[in-house]
Amino acid sequence: MYRYDKYDQAIVDARVEEFRDQARRRLAGQMTDDQFKPLRLKNGLYLQLHAYMLRVAIPYGTLNSRQMRMLAHIARKYDRGYGHFTTRQNIQYNWIKLEEAADILAELATVEMHAIQTSGESIRNLSSDQYAGAAADEILDPRPWAELLRQATTFHPEFSYLPRKFKIAVTAADEDRAAIRLHDIGLKLVRNEAGELGFEVYIGGGMGRTPFVAPLIRPFLPADNLFSYLEAALRVWNRGGRRDNIHKQRIKILVHDLGQEEFTRQVEEEWQHILRNNSDVPRAEVDRIAAYFAPPPFETGLPDTIDRSDPDFALWVDQNVKPHKAPGYAIVNISLKPVGGIPGDASAEQIDLMADLAERYSFDELRVTHAQNIVLPHVPKRELHALWTILDEAGLATPNLDLISDIIACPGLDYCSLANARSIPVAQKIATRFADLGRQRELGELKLKISGCINACGHHHAGHIGILGVDRKGTENYQLLLGGSGAEDASLGKITGPGFNEDGIVDAVERVTDRYLALREEGERFLDTYRRVGFEPFKEAIYG
Amino acid sequence: MKLLTGNDLPTGDVIWWTGNGWSRHVEDAVDVGDRGEAILHAEDGACRVNGGTIIDATMTPEGPRPAHIKDRIRALGPTVRPDLTLKPADPNAGSWVI
Amino acid sequence: MGDDYLRFRDDEPTEEPAVTLDAFLDQTNSSAVLLEAGEDARRLLPHLDHIRLIEVDFPRFRDGRGYSSARILREAGYTGELRATGDVLVDQMDHMRRCGFDSFAPNAPIDAAVLRASLERYEYRYQSAADDAVPVWKLRHG
Repeated sequence: MYRYDKYDQAIVDARVEEFRDQARRRLAGQMTDDQFKPLRLKNGLYLQLHAYMLRVAIPYGTLNSRQMRMLAHIARKYDRGYGHFTTRQNIQYNWIKLEEAADILAELATVEMHAIQTSGESIRNLSSDQYAGAAADEILDPRPWAELLRQATTFHPEFSYLPRKFKIAVTAADEDRAAIRLHDIGLKLVRNEAGELGFEVYIGGGMGRTPFVAPLIRPFLPADNLFSYLEAALRVWNRGGRRDNIHKQRIKILVHDLGQEEFTRQVEEEWQHILRNNSDVPRAEVDRIAAYFAPPPFETGLPDTIDRSDPDFALWVDQNVKPHKAPGYAIVNISLKPVGGIPGDASAEQIDLMADLAERYSFDELRVTHAQNIVLPHVPKRELHALWTILDEAGLATPNLDLISDIIACPGLDYCSLANARSIPVAQKIATRFADLGRQRELGELKLKISGCINACGHHHAGHIGILGVDRKGTENYQLLLGGSGAEDASLGKITGPGFNEDGIVDAVERVTDRYLALREEGERFLDTYRRVGFEPFKEAIYG
Repeated sequence: MKLLTGNDLPTGDVIWWTGNGWSRHVEDAVDVGDRGEAILHAEDGACRVNGGTIIDATMTPEGPRPAHIKDRIRALGPTVRPDLTLKPADPNAGSWVI
Repeated sequence: MGDDYLRFRDDEPTEEPAVTLDAFLDQTNSSAVLLEAGEDARRLLPHLDHIRLIEVDFPRFRDGRGYSSARILREAGYTGELRATGDVLVDQMDHMRRCGFDSFAPNAPIDAAVLRASLERYEYRYQSAADDAVPVWKLRHG
């Protein structure tokens, strides 16, 4: 993975001192909260329900054991002993003090980490495929390009006061594991017929109040022009995006309002201007970055079979272990969704343990997934049982990847000042209702996603089953959505009808899954059955 | 009744106006009537509160009870982590929120 | 103006008041123009060689349209004074300098010491802009 050189380190260190000074001036009353807020947001510091919340960047979800241990240390020293892994591959701490925030950033900088542009109207963390560098289906590891963009968009002077936040995702495989079409910009690394490297560029996706699947704006952008083209799109939006209504300022609104054709025309025209700036990063720099992402020294001749005689281990292998491109290796998914637990949360002890396991079993590398789980990308198959035994003891071996209890949930009203309803108790109740693993495996792949408000941090629009918390005359109420998908077959979930209270939504979900079992044909996931039979049979099951 | 609440600027702690200062405990909150805006203006200006707002509440035997569940969660702590609330040892604390 | 520390040019500032964009385009003898946040900087491109001052307004500091206006003007070869006016706060001025602004007329006073520290804080820049900073990728590869 990427390692800072003196330039990267100097920039992050300077940023820490800049924020330290800004916080000092705020605490001394030299700035109003209005003036300070965008500055602290540019360093990931929110004012939330109970305290300040800090969102630390985990660029494209990749980190090593040293960084993971620092995250555990921060949880212990500055927070309350745990962290929350997010739907954008970052980590959040919920109990931060402003007066300590600069110290936290200073400690993070010692391990090449930061909280730069993780909130506010900034270009946010680049997200990517959690199996990058390990999956057989990618054409190349997309992360060098993500790292290139991370650098190029850091403190970009023209694009630091954008109409709204801006999220970019990069993949390199046909199977979309990063939901690229639900981002402001989604990039898919491809080769054209001549074998040249380039990107499919999708612009204008997103969830929230007005969800959209991003249209394909440019089928092939030469890889060497990635940054200049991005600048063109950002400039068109920075100039033309609305500034009068915060709910209408994302780039997806501009793409929709102008129409795909006119938006594309404006970007292409602006791009011709920007090309004259020679701002594109040369291939030599891409190659320099890519060298850090060279495959680890995989052993050859390793056993490719797994001893499945331990039935609990076998269940976990079936569900959480994925094929690796190198023979004898496997991709391990660590579920942070124990039944009845808080989705995405990990204690400092668990974080430390995962750091140890990465160091020992996975060439010192971990990934955070947008489903709020952790990946050990390069585990020798012969070590899987030993690894699983340790995970199991630590409550980290729930074999539920992509099953109904592998719920994505935002923190919701328990933590978030934007929320209308609590999401975590709903996740806990649903997971408990479906706790039986046999039942879950019978249901098969079923991506259930819960948001506590329309801002959709729980990605409910992209859930096979989605749940949206709303405020109904002062009480918490939950709407049910069906048929969303964040994969390459991207679709937005459809609201089923009137909402439910907390117990009612759990029952409604169960009626939906019962109806699926009754209707499904051989090999169909829930999503497939829904797409085949349509909405009506499920609506009828829910409401009678 | 009307309560004033916000966050402590340096620590982010949830605080409640007591009449002559700020407390971390909603039991200490007083009814500010129609003086809320004026108090907030002064307290915010002096950096003694951040993000202050006026909220509705009712008086109960246990003390002021914010009208909206969000403010009750702010007053106590996350319902899903009783150990992290202001009343970790109180088994009934959660039902006060809900 | 009287605030030397807010002007980064050696020449004498023009004494001519800046007129609105529409007024400027309507007549030929003005050399100072005010560009509002939502106005198109490219409408000035045919006239750059006889403009001495362009003011770009920031109605609210979070409204970042002026940064793009400045870049467009500098990219087109404008070498006159480019002034950021309005809700301009000290913590935005480094970015504004990088976008080509060389003078400032903020609504509220700017602390000179804070400004100086902020302009000197970053030795390295990741990307090129309207200033002469050499982006890090170029330092790495020559």
